[in-house]
Amino acid sequence: MDLDQSDTNPAPQVKTKSIGEYLSSHLRQYGLLFALIAVMAFFQIVTDGTLLRAVNVTNLLLQNSYIIIMALGMLIVIVSGNIDLSVGSVMGFIGALAAVMIVNLDQSVPFTIITCLVVGGIIGAAQGYWVAYWKIPSFIVTLAGMLVFRGLSLWLLEGQSVGPFPKEFQLIATGFVPDIFPVSWGDSLANMLEIRRVKHVNILALSTGIVAAAMVIWIGLRQRAQNKLYGIEDEPRSFFIARNVIVAAALVFVMYKLSLFRGLPNVLITMGVLTLIYAFITETTTIGRRVYALGGNQKAAKLSGIKTERLTFLAFTNMGVLAAAAGLVFAARLNTATPKAGFALELDVIAAVFIGGASMAGGVGTIIGAVVGAFLMGVLNNGMSIMGIGIDYQQMIKGLVLLAAVIFDVYNKNKQG
Amino acid sequence: MALLSMQNISKTFPGVKALDNVNLDVEQGKIHAVVGENGAGKSTLMKVLSGVYPHGHYDGEILFEGEPVRFSGISDSERQGIIIIHQELALVPQLSIAENIFLGNECASSGIIDWRQTNRRTEELLAKVGLGEAPSTLVDNIGVGKQQLVEIAKALSKDVKLLILDEPTAALQENDSRKLLDLMLELKEQGVTSIIISHKLNEVRYVADSVTVIRDGMTVSNLDATGGLSEDDIVRDMVGRDMTHRFPEHVRSPGKVLLEVRDWNVWHPEHTERQVIKEASFNVRAGEVVGIAGLMGSGRTELAMSIFGRSYGRNISGSVRLNDNEIDVSTVDRAINAGISYVTEDRKTLGLVLDETIRFNTTLANLNDVSSGPVLNKNEETRVAERFREALAIRTPSVFQKTVNLSGGNQQKVVLAKWLFTSPEVLILDEPTRGIDVGAKYEIYTIINDLAAEGKGVVMISSEMPELLGMCDRIYVMNEGALVGELDAGDASQERIMSLIVNE
Repeated sequence: MDLDQSDTNPAPQVKTKSIGEYLSSHLRQYGLLFALIAVMAFFQIVTDGTLLRAVNVTNLLLQNSYIIIMALGMLIVIVSGNIDLSVGSVMGFIGALAAVMIVNLDQSVPFTIITCLVVGGIIGAAQGYWVAYWKIPSFIVTLAGMLVFRGLSLWLLEGQSVGPFPKEFQLIATGFVPDIFPVSWGDSLANMLEIRRVKHVNILALSTGIVAAAMVIWIGLRQRAQNKLYGIEDEPRSFFIARNVIVAAALVFVMYKLSLFRGLPNVLITMGVLTLIYAFITETTTIGRRVYALGGNQKAAKLSGIKTERLTFLAFTNMGVLAAAAGLVFAARLNTATPKAGFALELDVIAAVFIGGASMAGGVGTIIGAVVGAFLMGVLNNGMSIMGIGIDYQQMIKGLVLLAAVIFDVYNKNKQG
Repeated sequence: MALLSMQNISKTFPGVKALDNVNLDVEQGKIHAVVGENGAGKSTLMKVLSGVYPHGHYDGEILFEGEPVRFSGISDSERQGIIIIHQELALVPQLSIAENIFLGNECASSGIIDWRQTNRRTEELLAKVGLGEAPSTLVDNIGVGKQQLVEIAKALSKDVKLLILDEPTAALQENDSRKLLDLMLELKEQGVTSIIISHKLNEVRYVADSVTVIRDGMTVSNLDATGGLSEDDIVRDMVGRDMTHRFPEHVRSPGKVLLEVRDWNVWHPEHTERQVIKEASFNVRAGEVVGIAGLMGSGRTELAMSIFGRSYGRNISGSVRLNDNEIDVSTVDRAINAGISYVTEDRKTLGLVLDETIRFNTTLANLNDVSSGPVLNKNEETRVAERFREALAIRTPSVFQKTVNLSGGNQQKVVLAKWLFTSPEVLILDEPTRGIDVGAKYEIYTIINDLAAEGKGVVMISSEMPELLGMCDRIYVMNEGALVGELDAGDASQERIMSLIVNE
């Protein structure tokens, strides 16, 4: 007699949760945010304020841009129940390709960029093909890819570094968006705020920050109103206010810092726009929904009419394109392509996604989580470097942070299960 | 002397009494058969005996070789010489026959395996069970029938006193079955006592010395088979039961033929020489509930899944017509678009994304109806989920509850909601009430009746014959991949279904 599933579990009770209960059941989302704030506060103190200086904030964004760009694709790959170990190598290879095309073969920058993105897509598709249609484990396929593209970069660059790039290309990573507001406004704002070291404030950056913060709050309020309309359980009001104030303040703060240096980096725009697009895709499109279903229960997804093979294939193709984009940014930032570019970077990307709350088993994870995870790692890297902590300790600490984040996840899940 | 005596065994699961004062006596040196319908309690009884449900989790007494025994686990009962071979074999396919036989019981001294002795003893055991394979052959490379023999050899290696075979021939072909039964008789000559659990009454008659019939968790009869036994006697004892008020009232007037499947053939996806479905033809009328009866492993699920987007099997041939038009069911989404839905028998592994919400699961098979272009309208999703929550009386505080937290009956309703939202013409339900309580069953029957009243065609696959008799207008009987009979509700009875199955 098959009675393994007893049918007597009472339906969960409807009740308003107390703040403590709410926190314990949503510890993961808040935990990540708290961790980021705590880590930043810690380094801000121990580095005597260096961490949040305008130059360093700009640097922090530039340094982590390629990790974040790749984390967007990796999140989708991991949610679909796979992994991509080849992204570091692919990134390096695309950088090498760009260098050879521009420096050695004298191709135009736009043509090179388009070619590189297409080649990235083809690389992702080639790997995705074996994973999706031949059911070869993605770990194996992309491990092979990692070796192949590492080798191809070496071959392409003939073991040498190739560079420098023309100014036009460097702008991808090192350029800043020019202030559209009159310079005099920025100057007078600087005077008004009595900032001594800076004589000009970039108004575009500052106003972008304020607009973004307002958007976050507006979207949050709208969502909350709708949740109420549909009787969806929502976070306590105090949490909602606290969270939104923190996020909005952080946005304005970062943008303010940027406005004191050189304004909005081009990369930040690329990164921000991509993050918004991917957050939208994963949360509110049918294809995003299907990826979560695929990772959550592949068999059930397939029996619901979802073309699971094609989705897997697309996830890898998309990853390839993003790895290529990251490769271009990375090469432009270093102003040279080296055979070692992207070495072991896939591990940072994967770590960011897992710290952001994704599950190895698939079906779980968010874009925002992955981005915050990447920033957490980035702040750790940056803070420890400023403190002069050796690379040996840095590696150990990063490893332990990853382990702690995942243990925290599993612990939470067991407690709830 | 009785080798085994189980006295007044009762076992309760939350809400259900699975065993109610069952008595079982097995004589030394005999073959004893335990028969009953699916869900009658046979497997539960064997789990009590083998220690899967340890002492303290059941009531009653077990005497083995005259002594009371209290097993705390399966290794405990094995030590005493009680060995059970389950329907799903417990062999490691990647290991050799010899390695499997001595798994966990290796011929070894201080951790070093003595391969010469292992192979020699394996050869002896294989000779005993009449299996002419080398000890080094991988289990993966031999058929199910031979794997069954390996299991028996493994049992013999452990000094077995009481061998329990749970549906040993369910997956076997005719001649393999015969070989296995002959081996049981041979082992009996050597003094091994066995219990065989089986549906197949001809096999029971062939080997058993005595028969215990279990129904609804109770011992119905103990029959002596030595003087010959008629199948009719056993069938009557297996099925006799009251069935009033378990099913909602309904009056149906089926219309024209809605779904027509002709000459459906399916081969096994891995064992390509095995034909799983043989020339199956059936139809469903509008507003009709059609049952498919048969034992587990008879091919019912395979039939349904192969029709639903070729989700099972290979070399599928045959035609599917809906409203007199041939439809393309070659992929799941085409089948859904054509108007066919299939509610799987295994809601947890095949039906639901358990870590996701009711809303997520409800709309999953028909996202197009809750989106404009590629963009989901989550409010519309919520509305849809709420609508089905109300219509199907899914008991949950909100549609944002993860389905993993729901009870079996409510989970089943979510799966039904998912498929109802695809607006199917024909709904195939595979074991729609398995593992859910009586109240939820009644509600699901009501939903099925409502669907039929709307003019949909319903195919209902079930192992519970009373359910089919209580719900269906027509019943097809399936056995070994073929539809062997068709009964109208008026003519159908459990006896007739059972005899169609066992007479094959």
